[in-house]
Amino acid sequence: MKIIKGIFIILAHLVAGNLLSSLIGFIPGSVVGMVLMFLSLLLGIVKEDSVREVAEFLTGNMTLFFLPAFMGIMDLWGILKVNFWGWIAVVAISTVAVLVSSGWVQQGIEYITGKEDAE
Amino acid sequence: MKELIMNMPMMLSLTVGAYLLGLWVRKKSGLALLHPFFISIPVILAVLKSADIPYSFYKESNFIIDFLLGPSVVSLGYLLYRNREVIRLNALGILSSVLTGSVVGVVSVVLLGWLTGLDEMFILSLEAKSVTTPVAMDITSSIGGNPTLAAVSVVACGFLGAVAGPLCIRLFRIKSPVAKGLAMGCSAHGLGTARAVEMGAVEGAVSGLSIALMGIATALFVQLFNMYVPIA
Repeated sequence: MKIIKGIFIILAHLVAGNLLSSLIGFIPGSVVGMVLMFLSLLLGIVKEDSVREVAEFLTGNMTLFFLPAFMGIMDLWGILKVNFWGWIAVVAISTVAVLVSSGWVQQGIEYITGKEDAE
Repeated sequence: MKELIMNMPMMLSLTVGAYLLGLWVRKKSGLALLHPFFISIPVILAVLKSADIPYSFYKESNFIIDFLLGPSVVSLGYLLYRNREVIRLNALGILSSVLTGSVVGVVSVVLLGWLTGLDEMFILSLEAKSVTTPVAMDITSSIGGNPTLAAVSVVACGFLGAVAGPLCIRLFRIKSPVAKGLAMGCSAHGLGTARAVEMGAVEGAVSGLSIALMGIATALFVQLFNMYVPIA
């Protein structure tokens, strides 16, 4: 019962997110749904306890949900293999650049505002 | 023989089973860096190739797993709620580092792509690679890239980030939990977040938040960037 309720609440937020997203245009429904879920919990519309189990299951297994999309590489292999190393190099270097720059900016701001005691 | 394999329950079991196998091998080996994808992807590829099953059939059969990505992004709202205090206290830093991340992500792809002489279609499909799959596919179609290539690049990027992220965090001395979460989430979206959740609750929540913020920031920045800086 509780799990079904959790599933329903999360789906309802996805539906609402999709609706809003079709009005806004460029922000996808799942991202809008995430913001709505946060607001519903904050405003007490949804109780933390009623979504906990399902939300923990879904956020704890996100890796699995990416598998089917990645297998699309099978159909792309023809165009990908020509540019493979360039592709990998760009993805890898850019990923590390984003990782380090975003981490450093946050750490720099913590340093300036004297919030190193975060841990 | 082929009918025994080429059906929906079998294709679903293949995905879930390969994922479980990946988790099991990582647990048994004790290597936290051994991402489940190292096992899952070769296993799925081997089965599909040897049974001669086309990707389109595999994709259709696994629709439900693919679909769960949406609800799992919505569920990140729950993680945000659980860690609302940390987020409130670090709002300025989080916003600044997400903006930096999305600008660095797009500009570095265009610059590196130009340097390595990568095809324009590749560059367009890579610009949104640090954003979660459904978002990246939308952004990519809007600027004329290939959405499937975007999806594969997004997962490759997430995979690389999840594997190399913890190493980079140590190497570049990123110590605060909030900064770690941002680094993982801004660079490697959901796959980075899956790894960040294992680092700690704060890391996981902040990483989840960066998926949403990166999606919004990158969607806006890619549009602006392509309006003013046409490639080639």
